[in-house]
Amino acid sequence: MRRTVFTAIGLCLATSLGAFPAGAQVKQLGKAEGSVDIIAWPGYIERGETDKKYDWVTGFEQKTGCKVNVKTAGTSDEMVALMNEGGFDLVTASGDASLRLISGKRVQPINTSLIPSWKTVDERLQKAPWHTVDNVHYGVPYQWGSNVLMYNTDTFKEAPKSWSVVFEETTLPDGKSNKGRVQAFDGPIYIADAALYLMKHKPELGIKDPYELTEAQYKAALELLRKQRTMVQRYWHDAMVQVDDFTNEGVVASSSWPFQVNLLKSQGKSIASTVPEEGATGWADTTMMHVDAPHPNCAYMWIEHSLSPKVQGDLASWFGSVPSVPAACKGNELLGAEGCETNGMGNFERIKFWRTPVSKCSTQSEGCVPYYRWVTDYIAILGGR
Amino acid sequence: MTSAVLDLPLPRESLSRRLSDALFKYRGLLLTLLLVPPLLWLGIVYVGSLIALLLQSFFSIDEFSGTIVREFTLKTYAELLHPANLDVILRTVVMAAAVTAASAILAFPIAYYAARYARGQMKAAFYLAIMMPLWSSYLVKVYAWKLLLAKEGAVAWAADQIGATPAIDSILSAPLIGGPSLSVSYFGQFLVFIYLWLPFMILPIQAALERVPGSLIEASADLGAAPNQTFRTVILPLALPGVVAGSIFTFSLTLGDYILPQIIGPSTLLLGQAVYMLQGTAGNIPLAAAFAVVPISVMALYLLIAKRMGAFDAF
Repeated sequence: MRRTVFTAIGLCLATSLGAFPAGAQVKQLGKAEGSVDIIAWPGYIERGETDKKYDWVTGFEQKTGCKVNVKTAGTSDEMVALMNEGGFDLVTASGDASLRLISGKRVQPINTSLIPSWKTVDERLQKAPWHTVDNVHYGVPYQWGSNVLMYNTDTFKEAPKSWSVVFEETTLPDGKSNKGRVQAFDGPIYIADAALYLMKHKPELGIKDPYELTEAQYKAALELLRKQRTMVQRYWHDAMVQVDDFTNEGVVASSSWPFQVNLLKSQGKSIASTVPEEGATGWADTTMMHVDAPHPNCAYMWIEHSLSPKVQGDLASWFGSVPSVPAACKGNELLGAEGCETNGMGNFERIKFWRTPVSKCSTQSEGCVPYYRWVTDYIAILGGR
Repeated sequence: MTSAVLDLPLPRESLSRRLSDALFKYRGLLLTLLLVPPLLWLGIVYVGSLIALLLQSFFSIDEFSGTIVREFTLKTYAELLHPANLDVILRTVVMAAAVTAASAILAFPIAYYAARYARGQMKAAFYLAIMMPLWSSYLVKVYAWKLLLAKEGAVAWAADQIGATPAIDSILSAPLIGGPSLSVSYFGQFLVFIYLWLPFMILPIQAALERVPGSLIEASADLGAAPNQTFRTVILPLALPGVVAGSIFTFSLTLGDYILPQIIGPSTLLLGQAVYMLQGTAGNIPLAAAFAVVPISVMALYLLIAKRMGAFDAF
C-alpha cells in the first residue's frame, strides 16, 4: 500500500518536472496522437450533426486519424476556467480571454513555420495585439466579425447613417419616435459602443480607444447610456430573443450580430444591417494552444486544417462571421460570392475589437477605468440610475 | 508438551465477527459510523463551501488595479448600500413578496377544492393538472411565455378579439409596472413567476387543508359561526403552516432566479443576475459574494418571522 502511494507521488513529480516549461514552443511535428481536445464556442466546430452540409470535422478525422473532441463553452470566463483546469489542447479564445490566457501562462507560443497556411492568413490579423505579445504569436486567427446596426427596412427606406438612431431620441423616417422601439446589448462591454459614438460626436473628450477610457470620458459614456435607457425597449442578451423581438415586438433598430440578420432575412423579414459612419465594435477569435497540451501534434494538424479555405468559408457561412483567410471568400458554395462582404469583410478598419478594459492602458497617461467598474455601473444603468 | 497445548492461541475470530462485537459493546459507534459520511458531506462540501464563498465577501477589490485585497473589511458590504445595488435588492425582495402573496391567494381556493371536494378521478385529474407544468423544461416554459406576452403575441391578440386591449394598455401605461409590451414589463415578469411557482404553493396548502378535521368545521358551524368566521378562526390558522411552507418555496425561488428576468421583464437586474455579472471577467468576487449573502439573510429573517407566527408549531 505504502509503496503504491510513493510510486504515485514519484510519477506525479516525474510528469510535472517533465512537463513543458512555459514559453517553449514545438520545434517539429511527430506522429498524430489519435485525438485532439478543443474548447470552442457553440457552432464553431461542426461535424454535420445540425446540418449535413456543415461538416469540417469528419474529413479531418479520416485524413489525420485525430479524433476531435469538442467542449463548448458559453462565455469567455468559462473558457478561461476550463483552460486553467487543463487537459485540453486548443481553445477558440475571444479578445477578452486571449490576453488573460497569455498573461496567466496557460497557452504556449505557436511555431508558425510548422503551419504551411500561416502565410495565407489575412495580413491585418497576423500580428493582431490580442494574440501577439512582444512579437511572439500565441495563437492563430480563426474568425472575426463585427457588431452591426440591424434595422427594419419598412421603417428605414435607406440604411441609417449613424448609431444616433439608438443613442438619441429622434423621429424615425416613418414619422414616429424611436422611443420603445430600439434595443441595446445587455453586457457591460456595450459601454464601448457608447464611447465609440462619442469618439466621433464629442471629439473634445479625446477618446482614442473605446476600451481605454479616462474618468471623464467614461462619465460621458455613462451619461449617454443613461439617456438611452429611457428609449430602450429591452436590453438583449439572447440572440433568439432578439430575433423574436424584431418579429413581433415592433423593434426596428438595434446593435446586433450578423447571425440574427441572416436568420431574419432567411425567414423573409424586411431586415437589413449596416455599419454606420462611427464604425462598430466587433470580435476576433484566435485558436490558442494549451501550455501542457496532451496532443501537440494533432493540435498543430487541426490548426493547419482550421486555416484551409474550405473550413474558413463554411464556418463563415454558418456563423455569420468573416474568414481569417481571404482566399476563403472566393468559390465557397455555402458562403456565396457576396458572403464575406455581407458579413463585414470590408469593414475591418472601422472595427474596434473587443478587449477587456484594464486600468493600465497605453493611450491614456492618467490610467483607465477597469472592467469591474464597467460592470457595477452598467448594472446601475440597467436599473435606471 | 502439555503446557504447550494449553497455550494454544484462541481460534482467530473473523473480522466481521469482531466488528459486530464492537458495534454491540459500544452503542454509539454504529450511530457515529452511519452519521459521519452524511455529516462530512453536509459540513465540508455543503456548509464549508458556502462559508468559503461568504468569507470572500469580507475581502474587497482594489479601486485602482481591480485585484482582490485579502484583508478583512466591511467595505464591500457598504457598497451594497449604494443606491444602484440597493435597488437590485429591493426590486428582488418586492418581486418575491408580490409573487408569494399572489400565489397564496390564487392557490388557496384551488387547494381547498382539491382537498375537500374533489374525489376519486377528479382528485387524480387535479394532481395531474397541478403537476403537469413541472414536467416540461423550465426554459421551454419561459420562452413560450415570452412569445405569448409579446406585443404581437397571443395574449395581445386575444385581448384585441374580446375588446380588452384598453385594459392591457392601461396596465402597460401604469408607472413602474408598465412598459412597451407585457413581455418587457414587471407585470409580465410577475405573471410568469406566478405561473412557474404556483404548484409549489398549491401542494403544501392542499396537504395542510387535508389535515384539518371536518368535525372542527362542523362544530364551528353548529356553534353559530358564519362561514367567513369559520374560515378566519378555524381553517386559516390550521392551514397556515401549509401556506408558510409554500411561501418559502415561492419566495426563495423568486429570490434566486436569474434566467427568467433575462428573457421577460424590463431588463433590470435581479439578485441572481447581479451575482452572475459580477463574477467572471469583472472579477469582483467580493461584491458577488456580498450579494449572495443577501438572499440568505432575507430567508433567515423570513423563517424567523414565520416561526414567530407559529407556522412550524404543527410539525
